[in-house]
Amino acid sequence: MNHRSETALWIAQRASAALLALCVTVHLVTIVYAVRGGLTAAEIFARTRGSVGWLAFYTLFVLAVAVHAPIGLRPVLAEWLGWRGKSREVFVLAFGVLLAWIGLRAVLAVFA
Amino acid sequence: MKVSVWRGDALGSLQTFEVPRFPSQTVLDVVTHIQRHLDPTLAYRYACRVGMCGSCAMTVNGQPRWTCRTHVDRVAKNETLEVRPLRNLPVIRDLVTDMRTFFDKWQRAGGHFDGRSTKADDFARIAPESAERKSIDAGIECIGCGVCYAACDVVKWNPDYLGPAALNRAWTLVADSRDTDSARLRAVAGDAGCHACHTHMSCTERCPKHISPTAGIAGLKRAVAKAEIDGKL
Repeated sequence: MNHRSETALWIAQRASAALLALCVTVHLVTIVYAVRGGLTAAEIFARTRGSVGWLAFYTLFVLAVAVHAPIGLRPVLAEWLGWRGKSREVFVLAFGVLLAWIGLRAVLAVFA
Repeated sequence: MKVSVWRGDALGSLQTFEVPRFPSQTVLDVVTHIQRHLDPTLAYRYACRVGMCGSCAMTVNGQPRWTCRTHVDRVAKNETLEVRPLRNLPVIRDLVTDMRTFFDKWQRAGGHFDGRSTKADDFARIAPESAERKSIDAGIECIGCGVCYAACDVVKWNPDYLGPAALNRAWTLVADSRDTDSARLRAVAGDAGCHACHTHMSCTERCPKHISPTAGIAGLKRAVAKAEIDGKL
């Protein structure tokens, strides 16, 4: 991969990290609120079903994860397993698609 | 004092010597004592003995150090020393490493000044208090000893990685408004360059000149990102 693509990936990872810092905080606060308040699954669904706000928030969260994690996985694969080259890029791309797929499925499940 | 010293090439082993202790004794004094009085075949490298030339770096009790300025009192554990060649570099013999890769990487990182002005031009005016000058001052005292390179885990995992010293040098030039090398940012971007740094800061912790290559590498990451966004990379 050339220096421009590597730099673009680095920027994408930094940008997604900034988003994740915000998303993870909101996510954790939401979990603590839901658990401490003793909300039931039905009560949670009542809040999320049809809520465009939660749909947008968790869609953004999932997409940030799907961008951030595969980029971080690349050097781990290279440095720990010596896996470089095209096959590694295909693998991390597939990993990103998988994260986006299972994440968005879950987001849709609590929305609709 | 019991001193274990690496003998042979990469497949060598440790040899133990008994060395007398002296006040204010440095690790380089210890190695020199062995070579002069116990075994003249011991190979090691030094030149200035006062922390200027960057020749005498070795691994002392597991950590890379400049041996001429490292007192035995500070590093000996139970009156024992273990001295090995620097990590991450091929061992030629005993305590001598082949530093060609290390210095070749300075070249690959565009580590030489490239100015366009001539003697007909006026002096470049860079205020001593400017952020630019301060940033260069922070990185410019490197003596090329290779301690940071030996301390860096990313170099171990990714042999193509340019390493802290070469990137620190590149940063002092990128921050220099007189320098005109537009290819340097490309040379230091990517998997073998500044983006490979994990900010472990081993280089910063070990640098005998108290330079922070980590800060320089962070500067390069910012400069490269800005060039990429501006379409100038």
